[in-house]
Amino acid sequence: MENKMRNINPTNKWQDLTPGGMIFASGNSEEFRTGDWRTISPKFIEEKCKQCLLCVPVCPDMSIPVVNGKRTDFDFDHCKGCGICAKACPFGAITFGE
Amino acid sequence: MAIRDRLSGNEAVSIAIKQINPDVVAAFPITPSTEIPQFISQFIANGEMTTVFVPVESEHSSMSACVGSEAAGARSMTATSSCGLAYMHEMLYIAASNRLPIVMAVVNRALSGPININNDHSDSMGSRDAGWLQIYAENAQEAYDNFIQCVRIAEHKDVLLPVMACQDGFITSHAVERMELLEAEKVKAFVGEYKPEHYLLNPDEILAVGPYDIPQYYMEHKKAQAVAIEKARQVILEIGKEYGQLTGRSYGMIEEYKMEDAEVAMLIIGSSAGTAKEACDEMRAAGVKAGVIKLRVFRPFPAEDILKAVKNLKALAIMDKTESFSANGGPLGAETKAALYGKCNALTVDYIYGIGGRDVKVEDLKSVYDKLTEMVKTGKAPDSYQYLAIRE
Repeated sequence: MENKMRNINPTNKWQDLTPGGMIFASGNSEEFRTGDWRTISPKFIEEKCKQCLLCVPVCPDMSIPVVNGKRTDFDFDHCKGCGICAKACPFGAITFGE
Repeated sequence: MAIRDRLSGNEAVSIAIKQINPDVVAAFPITPSTEIPQFISQFIANGEMTTVFVPVESEHSSMSACVGSEAAGARSMTATSSCGLAYMHEMLYIAASNRLPIVMAVVNRALSGPININNDHSDSMGSRDAGWLQIYAENAQEAYDNFIQCVRIAEHKDVLLPVMACQDGFITSHAVERMELLEAEKVKAFVGEYKPEHYLLNPDEILAVGPYDIPQYYMEHKKAQAVAIEKARQVILEIGKEYGQLTGRSYGMIEEYKMEDAEVAMLIIGSSAGTAKEACDEMRAAGVKAGVIKLRVFRPFPAEDILKAVKNLKALAIMDKTESFSANGGPLGAETKAALYGKCNALTVDYIYGIGGRDVKVEDLKSVYDKLTEMVKTGKAPDSYQYLAIRE
């Protein structure tokens, strides 16, 4: 009856979905792109950034990726646009709603 | 060799549950279903069952506990009536949409208000769109037989839906009747051990049950649920037949009584079908070609079975033991006429009868046949639905 899909997507037919939407996988919230809930976006201004990383732990959606100890641009697949990072930045390296 | 006994409907269902010995029963007492969890608690205290009984603080919690334990992989059951069923309304949908085959004994009682503890079908009819199967018993024997079959029907891989095994409060639940029980080992063999394909406590499979469903998927999940309840008809028929091979008592979607040559008939649910058969016999003795169609399964709705039964009728009365305040008759009336529309030429009349425990007498139901006979004679059906034996 069912296909224990790991990559459920909106092209799946009803016959191929699991009963009641059961999910046979863990750690898959990354596949749910909540970024499209965002109405206002933060903007990363790299030249003003001192890499203090104060913005990283305050992000509720873990949408500021850190690579080799340095933050990179936002993960807009998951950033919901709350604006907390812009408030936390002491250097004006994040603008929001402008 | 079957065990002959005299039991009330509540006792009969409690014995069925004892014989099945499910993993979990979570229940909260409410009249007239209270005896079921009471008897089960006694069976457990006496060491006659190994079921875990969860004494909860409400029906919302009893159904929530059943949802949790069934998802975990435990065969789970409960019992309720009236406002208790209303109180679990939210969780009924969760059980059905998560495809959890819970079996619930519903002892039908009026919903308040005015507050009333007696029988009608307003409680389960109020839950008719929750996605549960609904199977109704005429007497204690059927309450027992239905409950055992419900386990197999619910857990069938083509169905995987919860079932309400309904019986009429007090009339069936408390009246003591002569009946036949199966031996416990035969019941256990019939229902088999519960082996769910997917369950939360399976250490070999990662699983999340009941996730949030976004608009891109909700309709597809509902379609799958709708197809499962459509498939339930075939499963109900197969299991009703298999149960018949075991006991000599077979079951279908409906039961036809003297319908072969009937010209007028009533479609009726539950204990009143017994009264209707007596009224039918008396009408037959007086020369009226009367018949009775007892609806056993309301969900899935047996549209094709009813259609087949009524094809040669001149007039049909559809009997609702509940009001739905549509100003257009009760739920059985509405669904039956939807099933017959354009496919049957019989005149129809809807009746609301016996609500809030109002006694349903043979002469009351004979008056329905009189009405049908008059309809056939005049070729006209009443403009609106009727209240049976109302003081006015």
